[in-house]
Amino acid sequence: MVKPGEFYQRDREWQPPAYVQHYKTSVARSPKQALISLQNSMSEITGPVFGHDDVDPIDNDLLSNYAKPDESPIGERIVLHGRVLDENGRPLPNTLVEMWQANAGGRYRHKKDTYLAPIDPNFGGCGRTITDENGYYYFRTVKPGAYPWRNWVNNWRPAHIHMSIFGTAFAQRLITQCYFEGDPLIHQCPIVKTIPDPDAIERLIAPLDLNATIPLDTIVYKFDIVLRGRRSTLFENRLEGN
Amino acid sequence: MPQELNYLKETPSQTAGPYVHIGLAPGAAGFDIYKSELGWDIAGPNARGERIRIEGVVIDGTGSPVKDVLIEAWQANADGIYAHPEHPGEVEDGFRGWGRVITDFETGEWGFDTVKPGPVAGRSGTKMAPHINLWIVARGINIGLNTRLYFNDEVEANAADPVINLVEWEKRRKTLIAQRIDRDGQTVYRFDVCLQGENETVFFDI
Ligand SMILES: [Fe+3]
Repeated sequence: MVKPGEFYQRDREWQPPAYVQHYKTSVARSPKQALISLQNSMSEITGPVFGHDDVDPIDNDLLSNYAKPDESPIGERIVLHGRVLDENGRPLPNTLVEMWQANAGGRYRHKKDTYLAPIDPNFGGCGRTITDENGYYYFRTVKPGAYPWRNWVNNWRPAHIHMSIFGTAFAQRLITQCYFEGDPLIHQCPIVKTIPDPDAIERLIAPLDLNATIPLDTIVYKFDIVLRGRRSTLFENRLEGN
Repeated sequence: MPQELNYLKETPSQTAGPYVHIGLAPGAAGFDIYKSELGWDIAGPNARGERIRIEGVVIDGTGSPVKDVLIEAWQANADGIYAHPEHPGEVEDGFRGWGRVITDFETGEWGFDTVKPGPVAGRSGTKMAPHINLWIVARGINIGLNTRLYFNDEVEANAADPVINLVEWEKRRKTLIAQRIDRDGQTVYRFDVCLQGENETVFFDI
């Protein structure tokens, strides 16, 4: 069996830097010293393994996972679906995807969120699932609303869903946010603009997937997620001893 | 034009934001939705080795505790084996080696219970001192921060550790080392993380 080797290094010019002046919270929370680059060891190429036993089938259905029987949350019914791939284009099966979001009014069910939009009694706002053998995942939910936040006085977050993805290695661990095609707030947002490369920002915008919509029922957006890829051991680099 | 390399690019990271608990620790956000939350039990009931507790706080550049942090831990068992199909060897039934903790909203303190990991095989025949890999996300952190927690009672192993020794400045190496406290018969290690300042923790690009 050919065991794959180290992960491709992270492209730090593509990923957001720690310090971004206009995202004010980052100012006091960004390390100033250079990161120390590590070549991968077992500590980085391994990572937690999850199985279908860790989640319930209903966990990816936000239309029903917190709703009272025969009720459902207010808002535009959507499906968010896509695949988790690596940089080599290979699907990542059996990987844990978790997400959380505001309700259709832009309010989170969180004791620290005091925005004046109401809590939706039928909406929790979180979901999780394990990708199938083709790396495919989906969530059924409502489209989240935009909400204001304290940065500049008049900053609004574009509608977004927070996504957390594992892959197979601790080196692949990633949290990101999914935005929706056509939202004028995306390119105004200081958090979006922590990402320096305009092409990288586009990678976070889910297009309307009209072919996948369920007529008379649900609109669909597609969001593929790419985690770090890795070398094959074609060129031996002695990851381990012996 | 040369041939094209058709690699995909990694999805860009975005901050976990202030409400990360909703998704990853909903009980702390104030509601009950899943049959069980993931990451509360790192070692499981059957793990061999010394039972320990790790405690700390994450401090920002103003010297204040960060109260909305989420930390994930990844560690080997007491024999130095990771619970992963690519690591040769077996772990105890129920040992996952992965955990997730959040800070107290009032104080910023965090803590988790686990077993002390053993030394792990490093690159090219080296041995790495016992350590726990940590990944830190929060509002204001644009991409998760990776660091390692080592143990101050592993003096010899730490001195030979190939990763600690990559840190050129001896003064900064101590930021990777948790301090043992014996508290009523329980072994606790204190590990405070500084995001900035004189004692800025060493973070790794892994
Ligand atoms: Fe948000």
